[in-house]
Amino acid sequence: MATAATAPQDGLPATPESVVVRFAGDSGDGMQLTGGQFTLSTALAGNDLATFPDFPAEIRAPQGTLFGVSAFQINFGSREINTAGDAPDVLVAMNPAALKTNIAALKPGGLVIADTGAFTKRNLDKAHYEANPLEDDSLAKYDLLAFDISEKTIEAVKPYGLGNKDALRSKNMWTLGLALWMFDRPREPIHDWLKAKFKSKPEIADANIAALDAGHAYGETAELAGPLKQVHIDPVPSAPGLYRTVTGAEAVSLGLVAGAQLASLPMFFGGYPITPASAILHHLARLKEFDVTTFQAEDEIAAICAAIGASYAGSLGITSSSGPGIALKGEAMGLAIMTELPLVIVNSQRGGPSTGLPTKTEQSDLYQAVYGRNGDAPMPVIAASSPGDAFEVAIEACRIAVQYMTPVMLLTDGYIANAAEPWKVPDPATFEPFPAEFLTEKNAVDDQGAETFLPYKRDEKGARPWVKPGTPGLMHRIGGIEKHELSGNIDYSPDNHQRMTDLRKGKIDGIAVPDQEVCLGNTSGKLAVVGWGSTFGPIHRAVDNARRQGRDVSHIHVRHIWPLPKNLGDLLRGFEHVLVPEMNTGQFKTVLRDQFLVDATPLTKTSGQPFQIAEMEEAIGKYFDGVEGNEGGEVPVNDDQLPHLESGHDDGSLKNQSSPQSQELGS
Amino acid sequence: MNAPVKIETTLKDWETDQEVRWCPGCGDYAILKAVQRTLPQLGADPANTVFISGIGCSSRFPYYVESYGFHTIHGRAPAFATGAKLANPDLDIWLVTGDGDGLSIGGNHLMHVLRRNVNMQIMLFNNEIYGLTKGQASPTSREGTKSPSTPIGSYDHPARPAAFALGAGARFVGRGFDVSKHLPDVLKAAHAHQGAAFIEIFQNCIVYNKDVFNDFAAPKGAEDQQLWLENGKPMLFAKDGKGIALDRDKLELKVVDVVDGDWEAAGVIVHDVTNRSIAHMLVEMPFGPFPMALGVLYDDPRPTFEAAAMAEKAAASQGKEANLAKLLGKGQTWTVDGTAQDPV
Repeated sequence: MATAATAPQDGLPATPESVVVRFAGDSGDGMQLTGGQFTLSTALAGNDLATFPDFPAEIRAPQGTLFGVSAFQINFGSREINTAGDAPDVLVAMNPAALKTNIAALKPGGLVIADTGAFTKRNLDKAHYEANPLEDDSLAKYDLLAFDISEKTIEAVKPYGLGNKDALRSKNMWTLGLALWMFDRPREPIHDWLKAKFKSKPEIADANIAALDAGHAYGETAELAGPLKQVHIDPVPSAPGLYRTVTGAEAVSLGLVAGAQLASLPMFFGGYPITPASAILHHLARLKEFDVTTFQAEDEIAAICAAIGASYAGSLGITSSSGPGIALKGEAMGLAIMTELPLVIVNSQRGGPSTGLPTKTEQSDLYQAVYGRNGDAPMPVIAASSPGDAFEVAIEACRIAVQYMTPVMLLTDGYIANAAEPWKVPDPATFEPFPAEFLTEKNAVDDQGAETFLPYKRDEKGARPWVKPGTPGLMHRIGGIEKHELSGNIDYSPDNHQRMTDLRKGKIDGIAVPDQEVCLGNTSGKLAVVGWGSTFGPIHRAVDNARRQGRDVSHIHVRHIWPLPKNLGDLLRGFEHVLVPEMNTGQFKTVLRDQFLVDATPLTKTSGQPFQIAEMEEAIGKYFDGVEGNEGGEVPVNDDQLPHLESGHDDGSLKNQSSPQSQELGS
Repeated sequence: MNAPVKIETTLKDWETDQEVRWCPGCGDYAILKAVQRTLPQLGADPANTVFISGIGCSSRFPYYVESYGFHTIHGRAPAFATGAKLANPDLDIWLVTGDGDGLSIGGNHLMHVLRRNVNMQIMLFNNEIYGLTKGQASPTSREGTKSPSTPIGSYDHPARPAAFALGAGARFVGRGFDVSKHLPDVLKAAHAHQGAAFIEIFQNCIVYNKDVFNDFAAPKGAEDQQLWLENGKPMLFAKDGKGIALDRDKLELKVVDVVDGDWEAAGVIVHDVTNRSIAHMLVEMPFGPFPMALGVLYDDPRPTFEAAAMAEKAAASQGKEANLAKLLGKGQTWTVDGTAQDPV
């Protein structure tokens, strides 16, 4: 029975531009699946969207507990969507624990849909509720639609002869049906999907379809009685083609496979379990038919060293980790720089220092990536801006590594690794191959006119030849000791070290990096908001909003962190102000100041949570409010903010899956 | 893996143009020569041979062998070698390490390369001291060793390389010393072994730990303290006047006198290189009361890591097409202006 709540404040308009919905329930309630299917139907309806799966860190969370809550947030709309949304408009709470852990995030006046059937004494106790929040006035500032979803589900599936326990498994489909009605989404794709999923058990498929349809039908009834109303969101025009959802970890893995294929090389991946990077190892371990060898090493150091050993032997060596593991790999990166072997290092950044916040996101490894090695050890660094972008960036990392014979660091973060977004499936035929070339013949002539081999003789890009052991006649020795600029033999002489230092630096400085473009706004003006990595979404949306208010602000997103695009300095100097938001204490700001002597102002946030659009808007607004000198600063912690990952284990391990979505969907 | 083609070479073919930079009189010279003498006898192909080392005096070795060589970072050589072997299982890899490199900073990697059984020869030069950093006590230094870092004498218990290797799961454990004429035989046996073959080579650091092995490894006069093990032969030493027997009550080894060559009557054990229990006793046998066990202490191959990796890759790839377009479009997809598609 629907209980209408008091005083709805500002509910959803009939045709909102965008809506944020969060599905939250017990781990066993199938919320990731519900979210995944809602995502699919939303994509089919032509909306743009971004999602954030927020699942418990515990391996097997006890039923009904606060830490066992699994949530899935989706932001979708009729305009470009860049983030999973600041705060939900709608919260679906399948049990008391889900309500308790998520209610603070809901917008005032937002809609709560709750299953009264799960608000039992036992579940209320587990969620530490003294009184039933659905029955007192604690939810007064929200719209509330509370009724017995459990009972209605059992009723709906009764004709299919399922026991109560099995029947209740369809609860998520009933809820999904209601959500589909609410946002005017077609049911047929879900019908088809259920039929395919339960091909061998048609009665289960039928029961789920019945639950879905019942939820959908309920919407119409409830609309008459209470706060629920149907809203319509117009489609966003997007390029026709094949789409799928992809998480950052999946996209990195796919990009690395594509990169190795484009380089015509077998891939060797050395990894060691660490949150949130392990998912890449898991994905690649299942792709052996692509000539991928995965090696779970004894430690982070062995993982990178084995990858370097494999590159030495002619594979594309790749390793991946997160901050603490990257720190351990530092010395070996120096060896790869010294021996000039290709290598890709993926860093899925998390909160630091030390073990820090294993399951929370941060961008605080930028200094480590750019500067974090002994000696003058230049290394290219590139960063992904979103799950989908991680695919392209991974290919780019492989290209630079192979063409310039250098290790490359690819930065992602915990947010990108776990978040999903729609991704237009690229056509591999459109990728530019960059086949690796192995030297098989001598490459020089000595004083006596005899053919000889110089392992460090460079090409026009400054790269030395790649020679696989096993190649006749080209035996040579390499190592970490300074070597002669041509022969590669040990050479400590002062002028040789000077030259080699210059050559190594020159090679990296000379990497062809595309000119920096402005991704939104003018190429000069009052304010440039300069971001890198996963801050792309909130910056882009906030700048877009500010521009719609007539403010002279531009968004510049930097993919190539090192070396930086050559024109970036001039571009930044065309703006009166440069604001650099990042999830650290201002690391990229330092790099920009250092490289270009521009007066970059930091906007920092280190609460383990991504920037909210509102925070970004506020920061931009300060440049236009007429108050001098209040720009930049630090964004305060907002505990209610989501997406909000649960804390992980002390050892940094997360549950044994890449993302609940990919697992449940069997992709 | 392809069967290796035997190549005819001479010792000279395995020398590089680089000036050898060990201290004059260092045991490393003798080991280098023994290796360069052994490689032609193996029919080894310089183009297919790779020497991989860590950091330390011993780890300069690759620069002096005319083959492929990779002088890596301290302690990590086993990891580089594992990666190289997985990338190209046809490579013939020799790992060169020392007591500090292999048992201190690199103990973890040494343990894992042995337990994984990656096919390579691992030569650990044991001189019981840090040479390149000027003489600090190493993990194999004996208790009481005086050094710059232990001026009053070290008090930590030494690691025993052969016992470590066997305990880590090594399927081949050999021993020799720098100037021994038998060293090439041990190297050949290690090379013939399919899997990780561990060879402890006692090496005389004439600058920082001179002659610490003289009791059994002196060029002359120490032969009676050497127990050279041969498969199928009785464990005899001291001109066959003594042997090693099993004390069946205490379940430990003992030294027995052999009268008139009747070793059987004295209960001397016949060496069986596949007997892991005896191997454990041999690596634990304290020098002093017992001779130094040398030669092949243990040799019982089992399938290698890279063979298992290749087999798994082949099996997992069977019937699967490496189609990138299909991979990218996997999972649940939809087409804009179209309909949902079934998961691939």
